[in-house]
Amino acid sequence: MQELLVISGKGGTGKTSIVAALAALAEDKVLADCDVDAADLHLLLRPEVESVNEFYGSDKAVIDPGLCTGCGRCREVCRFGAVMEAKPEKENSEDDSGKLVFQVDSLECEGCGVCTLVCPAGAIAMQPNLAGYWYISATPYGPLVHAQLGLAEENSGKLVTKVRQEARRLAEENNARLIITDGPPGIGCPVISSLTGVTLALAVTEPTVAGRHDLERVVKLAGHFRVPVAVCINKYDLAPEKSREIEAYCYDAGLTIAGKIPFDADVARALVNGVPLMACSRGVAASAVQAMWDSLMVRLERMAKEQNGHS
Amino acid sequence: MASGKGGTGKTTIVTNLARALALAGKIPVQVLDCDVEEPNAHLFLKPVFHEEEEVTLPVPEVDNNRCTGCGRCSEVCAFHALAVAGGKVITFPEMCHGCGGCTIACPAGAISEKPHRIGVVARGQAGRIDFAHGKIDVGVPLAPPVIRVVKKLAFKERLTLIDAPPGTSCPVVAAVKDSDFCLLVTEPTPFGLNDLRLAVGMVRELGVPFAVVINRSTLGDLRVERYCQREGIPILLKIPFDKGYAATYARGDCLVEEYPEWVTPFIGLWQEIERLVSQRARAAGN
Ligand code: SF4
Ligand code: SF4
Ligand code: SF4
Ligand code: SF4
Repeated sequence: MQELLVISGKGGTGKTSIVAALAALAEDKVLADCDVDAADLHLLLRPEVESVNEFYGSDKAVIDPGLCTGCGRCREVCRFGAVMEAKPEKENSEDDSGKLVFQVDSLECEGCGVCTLVCPAGAIAMQPNLAGYWYISATPYGPLVHAQLGLAEENSGKLVTKVRQEARRLAEENNARLIITDGPPGIGCPVISSLTGVTLALAVTEPTVAGRHDLERVVKLAGHFRVPVAVCINKYDLAPEKSREIEAYCYDAGLTIAGKIPFDADVARALVNGVPLMACSRGVAASAVQAMWDSLMVRLERMAKEQNGHS
Repeated sequence: MASGKGGTGKTTIVTNLARALALAGKIPVQVLDCDVEEPNAHLFLKPVFHEEEEVTLPVPEVDNNRCTGCGRCSEVCAFHALAVAGGKVITFPEMCHGCGGCTIACPAGAISEKPHRIGVVARGQAGRIDFAHGKIDVGVPLAPPVIRVVKKLAFKERLTLIDAPPGTSCPVVAAVKDSDFCLLVTEPTPFGLNDLRLAVGMVRELGVPFAVVINRSTLGDLRVERYCQREGIPILLKIPFDKGYAATYARGDCLVEEYPEWVTPFIGLWQEIERLVSQRARAAGN
């Protein structure tokens, strides 16, 4: 089984529109949306949710005010500034001798558990924290695993790993040959979790100074995890000379350009109508995506052969 | 400036607002780029950097002469950054959050801490704009510690514009928390709307007052505007799609410099934010 991950470094390059278009073209695949922070793929694929599952992030410390003696050790050792003095409850509580009580700000708590190691009163417990949901859905283009991280939550990397595991399991069950994954933006923890072990990363960039800057960082990251990269320059004709600069960079870095997609109002139209580009357009962008998919397929097939030759 | 979705034009708004205020000689401005995974604001403001500081986390170093191989350290580490194999401790500094738990837990006192680099923070000057940004090293998963270091550079008595990372999770919270006002930048597409809703949920949870800017306002539909109307969220600025603007951005130039007619709307944006902030301060005072 192979996994094609679509990433972009910079957000807003059109990554998700391209994933949706590829979803409409590829056969025999499972889809995964690993942009768990701002999942959008479902807006184009119209999934029917088949199962909803809870996702627990790292535990959060909770202080039992009844047991806390107010010694303050927890606040001293917490390196994330998550322990605060709590307001004294009511004037009439039996102990109003000015005893301090401490409280954990769950937004700041990293779940390291260090406070529980030092609390002399055993007043702190680590409690599981429902941090989001993941779903398995049916779409007209094949099964989709997607997720939504709760607001202001951490650990998106762990949720990405979960989505990928489920996508793999589904792919094995269905004998699918390919997983197409919509990756998260950036180069931080969720991207790292989505990169490890994928067959090929397709980096979608745009011809701007920012696009080029972020492409270089994401390519470096992929190199770090030894994932081969192919590049797609989206809306390349909006700034032809910047496109040429990116092409020159790719050439120097030994990266294949899988496709150059022209600006086409059909892409925005497909988005507004909530369908993949391929489902509503035969325009210039659609045919460029088709050509890109043909070249990606050839590359993936070659990689599969090489792998079988090795094993 | 924040946005649920990347690429909506957050950086465009930050850099143009800063430039417009500087051009109009209004007030001293500082720009902090907290999008430490992919910092871009410097590409547009082109600051001259004069100071660079490494950001490090304290990671454990085990003294093998003292270590008894008891395994307590790997038991307490919530992030699987330590493992004991064959009576020896192996550390994985790239997984370590620097919490200090292992040092406290080790019964043999075998663990000390050494700094491990995760990124840099650079400071500079772009004309009259004070500038700073953070950058995590490639392969480092932890953005929030670098964001916190950048935010510490904020001047107390000056206007500080912060370019937040995209999304709604921990790095964004680190950037948005404790701000006086948050501008959410979006685009009028179903993606823009979906991600705006998430971002609104986040700023509401943090209790930061906010308003919306719509970028490429002519490429899409009216659902974002209707949503804002329903929710009573002010829309402070709309920038239409224009191939000329796109080309200016592509080159790394500022809109307000290529198209001076945009200076006034950006100053107006600032005045509107000031009005909303002081209105709220008055309401809180009463
Ligand atoms: S260490 Fe325990 S007893 Fe001391 S203040 Fe913290 S919670 Fe209370
Ligand atoms: S678990 Fe860690 S981060 Fe959370 S309050 Fe305790 S020491 Fe602080
Ligand atoms: S400092 Fe904390 S995260 Fe790092 S190895 Fe020790 S226990 Fe684990
Ligand atoms: S807790 Fe201390 S003595 Fe025990 S394995 Fe870890 S470093 Fe060695």
